[in-house]
Amino acid sequence: MRRSLVAKTYKLYVGGRFARSESGRSDPATSADGAQLANVPRSSRKDVRDAVKAARAGAGAWAGATAYNRGQVLYRFAEALESRAEELARAGVAQRALDAGAARAELDAAIDTLVHYAGWTDKLAAVMGGINPVAAPYLSFSVPEPTGVVAVLAPDEPDLLGLVEAAAPALAAGNSVVAIVSRRWPLRPLDLGEIAAVSDVPAGVLNLVSGRLDELLEPLCGHRDVNALVDATGDAGVAEQVDRLAADTVKRVSRPDGAGSLTRLEALVEIKTAWHPVGT
Amino acid sequence: MTVVTGQRTPVRWDYAPAPESRGAASLRDRYDLFVGGAFVAPSDGTVVTTTNPATEEPLAEVGFAGPADVARAVDAARAAQPAWQALAPLERGKVLFRIARLIQERARELAVVETLDGGKPIKESRDFDVPAAAAHFFSYAGWADKLGHALGGREWRPRGVVGQIVPWNFPLLMAAWKLAPALATGNTAVLKPAETTPLTALLLAEICQEAGVPDGVVNIVPGAGDTGAALVRSGVDKVAFTGSTAVGKEIQRTLAGTGTGLTLELGGKSANIVFEDAAIDQSVEGIVNGIFFNQGHVCCAGSRLLVQESVAEEVTRKLWDRMQRLRVGDPMDKNTDVGAINSAEQLERIRALVEVGEAEGATRRSVACELPERGYWFTPTVFLDVAPASRIAVEEIFGPVVTVTTFRTVAEAIERANNSAYGLAAGVWTDTGAKAFEVAAQLRAGVVWQNTYNRFDPTAAFGGYKESGFGREGGPSGLLPYVVV
Amino acid sequence: MRRAPAQIVRSRPWAGTVSGVNRQLVHVDRVGVEERAASLGRRSIKHDAKRQGIRLAISMIDLTTLEGADTPGKVRHLCAKAVVPDPARPEVPSCAAICVYPALVPVAVEALDGCGVAVASVATGFPAGQVSLDAKLQDTRDAVAAGATEIDMVISREAYLRGDDRRVRGEIEAIKDACGDAHLKVILETAELPTLAHVRHASQLAIDAGADFIKTSTGKARTGATPATVLVMLETVRDHSWRTGRIVGVKAAGGVGTTKQALHMLVLVKETLGDEWLTAERFRIGASSLLNDLLMQYAKLESGHYGRAEDFSKE
Repeated sequence: MRRSLVAKTYKLYVGGRFARSESGRSDPATSADGAQLANVPRSSRKDVRDAVKAARAGAGAWAGATAYNRGQVLYRFAEALESRAEELARAGVAQRALDAGAARAELDAAIDTLVHYAGWTDKLAAVMGGINPVAAPYLSFSVPEPTGVVAVLAPDEPDLLGLVEAAAPALAAGNSVVAIVSRRWPLRPLDLGEIAAVSDVPAGVLNLVSGRLDELLEPLCGHRDVNALVDATGDAGVAEQVDRLAADTVKRVSRPDGAGSLTRLEALVEIKTAWHPVGT
Repeated sequence: MTVVTGQRTPVRWDYAPAPESRGAASLRDRYDLFVGGAFVAPSDGTVVTTTNPATEEPLAEVGFAGPADVARAVDAARAAQPAWQALAPLERGKVLFRIARLIQERARELAVVETLDGGKPIKESRDFDVPAAAAHFFSYAGWADKLGHALGGREWRPRGVVGQIVPWNFPLLMAAWKLAPALATGNTAVLKPAETTPLTALLLAEICQEAGVPDGVVNIVPGAGDTGAALVRSGVDKVAFTGSTAVGKEIQRTLAGTGTGLTLELGGKSANIVFEDAAIDQSVEGIVNGIFFNQGHVCCAGSRLLVQESVAEEVTRKLWDRMQRLRVGDPMDKNTDVGAINSAEQLERIRALVEVGEAEGATRRSVACELPERGYWFTPTVFLDVAPASRIAVEEIFGPVVTVTTFRTVAEAIERANNSAYGLAAGVWTDTGAKAFEVAAQLRAGVVWQNTYNRFDPTAAFGGYKESGFGREGGPSGLLPYVVV
Repeated sequence: MRRAPAQIVRSRPWAGTVSGVNRQLVHVDRVGVEERAASLGRRSIKHDAKRQGIRLAISMIDLTTLEGADTPGKVRHLCAKAVVPDPARPEVPSCAAICVYPALVPVAVEALDGCGVAVASVATGFPAGQVSLDAKLQDTRDAVAAGATEIDMVISREAYLRGDDRRVRGEIEAIKDACGDAHLKVILETAELPTLAHVRHASQLAIDAGADFIKTSTGKARTGATPATVLVMLETVRDHSWRTGRIVGVKAAGGVGTTKQALHMLVLVKETLGDEWLTAERFRIGASSLLNDLLMQYAKLESGHYGRAEDFSKE
C-alpha cells in the first residue's frame, strides 16, 4: 500500500514565527505546467500591518547589535542555506522546471550573496563614513546608520536568488525587512523563512509575506512606519504606484536593477554627521 | 631604597581554586614544521622542548626550522601563490571565513594551549585572545572580494610571498593579525612564531588544513632568532615583524636596498594621562588594565602614568588599593588576574630594570602575595615620584611595572607624553570632550584611547609613530602593506 | 470673539531661578563601570567558596514582603523562615532581618522576639514617597514605636529630579531624627535617577544627611540593584570611609533573584572594599525569592544534582 505524504502547509514568516494569513484565505501555488503544488497564504492588509509592526519591533535591537554580530548572523544564514541547497535546487526543478545545473547555480549564487553581505557589515562605516576636515576647530564625523524598516518587493523570477539579492543589503546595513515574495513562485521564498529562523536572525528582522501584489502594494508601500522601499519587480506600472505611495512620508525608493552591492547598501542607510569642539 | 610591600588584610571569604580543565587540550608529544600543507620534521633545524613558564614543566617537543627548512617553506609558498591569487576573490574569502568558524569551534582548546605555553591567565586567552583571533579572520574574510573599495579604485596586485615574524605575548592573535590580511589579498605566507610560544600557531596550521587552505598558502616555521633572520633574508617579497625595537631596526638594516616591503610593530612606553576632571575610579581601572593586562607584556602597555598633580594622591592611593586586589598565580585558574612572566630571560630583564629604578631613587611598591614555588613571577609594581628623565621612565620594561609622574597643565602632559622615542599608544582620561579630542590631536601616538585602554577591534587600525614602527594592522589600512598599487 | 489669555504678572520674573551653582557631579563613566562590574561577575566561585558564599549571602538577606495582600499569617511564616531558612540544614544561618510595612511590624516583633533577626520597616510613603513630610515623619514614628529597629525610607525623587537637593537632604535629616535609635536606610530608587553620576551624587547626599545605609531600590520599579549601580554605591561609601572614617553600609534590593546574582554582589563588595565589609553590618541584600534559590544551590553542592523548586517552601 502506498504511503501518504504529509504535505507541507506553507506559512508566512512574521515576527520570528510561522502563521497563516489572518484572513484565512489562500491561493494555489502551481508548477510550471499548471499542476497544483500547495496552497500559500493570501496575505491581507492586516498581515502587512502585523509584519511592519514586527519589523519595527525587531529593528532597534538589530541596529544596536555590533556589526560583527550582524555579520556572523548573515554568515550563519549562508551556512544554513548551504545545508539545504540540494533540497531547494531539486524543488526548483520540480516547481519551475529548471534545468538541474541552473537550479544549483541559483542556490550557489544565493549562498554566496549572503556570504558577500556578511562581509560588508563591519566595512560600511569605513567606506561610507569618515572624518570631515572642517575649516573650524571641531571634530566632525559622518557615519552611516540603518534607515529602519525596509519594504522589499521581490521579483517574480528568480524566486529565491531575487529575494536574497533584494533583502540581504537591507539586513547587512542593519535594517529590518518586510518582503512580498515572488507571486508566481512563492514556495521556496517561504522556505527561506525557515532557514532564517534557524540562523539566529532575531525575531522581526526578516518578515516574508505571500499574496497578490495588487492587494498588498498599497498597505505596504503606503504604511507610514516603513522608511524605505526596494522595488525589484522591474515593472513600470508598479514603479509609478510605488513612487506615488512613497511620497506621502518621503520614503527612500530604490530600484537595484543590476546594481553592485555598495550601490544597494548606500540606498538603505542614513548618513549622520556630528560635530564636537576641540580645544582646551 | 626600602621596598614597601602591601599587607593583605585577613580573608573572610576566599575563592576556591577554579582550575580550567587541561582535558580540553590534548597535547601531542611532538610538533613538526608545517610546510606545503603537511607537517614535516626539520631537515637542518633542531628539536626543542617548549615549557610552561608557570611551572617550568615541559609541554611538548617542537621542531625548529633551520635555513634549509625556511628556504623550502618559501619555495612552497612561492609555488602556491599564483593559484591562490587566481582564485575568485569570494572563494579566498570563504576559506578565511571557515578558519574563523573553526577557531570558534576549537576555542577552549586554543585558549588552554595558549595559557600553558605562554603563561597568560586563562580568562584572558579565553575571553580575549581567541575570540579576537576569530574576529580578525572573519573581518578580513569579508575584504577579500571588496578590495576595490578599500584601495580607492586603484589597480592592485598582491606582494607575493610574505615572511611574518610574531612575538610571544599574543601568539595566536598576532598570527591572525598577520595571516588574515595577507591571505585576503592573495599573498601566501611563511610565518615564524616566537621561540617560547610555538604551539598555537601549529594548531592554527591544523585548522588551516581543516578549512581547506590549499597546500603551501600558509607555512609555519617555529624557531628562534636565527630562524627569523633566515626568513628575512630568504627573498620573500615582504616582511612583517612584531617584536622588539632593537630587532626591528636590525631587520630594517638587513633589508636596506632590497626593495622588500616592510612593516614593523615594535616597542612602546605609552603614557596614560589622567586629568583632574576624569572619572577617577574608572581611570584607575584603565591604569590597571593598561599595565597589568597580560602581565604588562604588551607593546602598547600604559607603562607611564602621567597624573595631574591635583588628583595625584587620590589616584595613586586608589591605584595601590586596586593593585592589591589583583590575583597573581596559576594562569590556569579562572580567577587569576596576573599570570606568569613568559620566560626566565624576560624575568631577568624586568628585575634588572626594576633594580635600576630603585637605584635611581624612585619609591617602589610591589604587591605582596604567595607565589608558586616554580615558575617565573613578578608581582604588580608601581614606582612613585618618577622623574621623567630616569631610565625606568624611558626604557620599555615589558612587565607589570608602572611609573608615576605628575604634571600641572595640559601642555605639560602632552609634552611629557610625546617626550619619547616611541609613539605607539596613549590613554587620555578626562570627562571634557573638547579636551579629550584636543589632547588626542596633539599626541604623537598611533593609537589614542580616550577614557579607556587596551581596546582592539579588527576594524580599527593599530600601529605606531616613530620608533614604535610603521604600517598598520586592522581596518582597511591593514590591507595596504600586503598589496602593490 | 476669542478671549486673550490671562496675563500672569510677576513682579520679578525668573527670580531665584539662577542660583549660579550647578549641581556638582563626580564624573562617572558608565562604560567603564559596566565593564568592571561585568568582569567581577565572571569570577569562578566553586565548592567550598560557593558554600561559604551562599551562607554569607543568606546572613545578609533582609527577607522582604511588601504586598497589599500581606497578613499577620503570611508575616509569621516569613519570620519563621528567616530564623531557620532550612530545617534540614541547621548550619545555614538566619537572615539579617525581616522587612515589612509598618502595619505588620508588631506581628514581626512578636514572632522574632529573642531570635536575633532584626525587624526592618519601610516608611515615608513607600514606595513613591509622594506624601507630605509630616506624613513621612508620622509613618516613621509609628514604625519605630511598634518596635522596628531599622527604617527603610525613600528619598523624594520629585524633589531630586527638580534639582532641590536641599529639600532632599532636609527630609533625610528629619527622618533620621525621628528614627531615634533605629538605624536608617535611605532608598535612592536608582532606576529613576538619570545617570550613574546621579547615583553617586544621591548616595553622597544621603550619606551627608546621616544615612546608616544607602539602598538601591524599592523593588517596585523597572530595575533594581544592577551590578553597575551597586559598584558605584560601594565606591562612594569606600571613599567616604577613607575621607572621614565613618562606615555607611550598602543594601542591594530589587533584581537580585538568583544565587549567581547574589554571589556577584559579594564579589563586588570583596573586591571594592575588602573582606572586612562582608558582614550584615555593612552589606544587605533585600530579597524574597532569592532565599530559596540559595538553599537549592546549597543543597545541590551536597547532592551533586540540580535541584527543584518544590523542595523548599515559599514561606
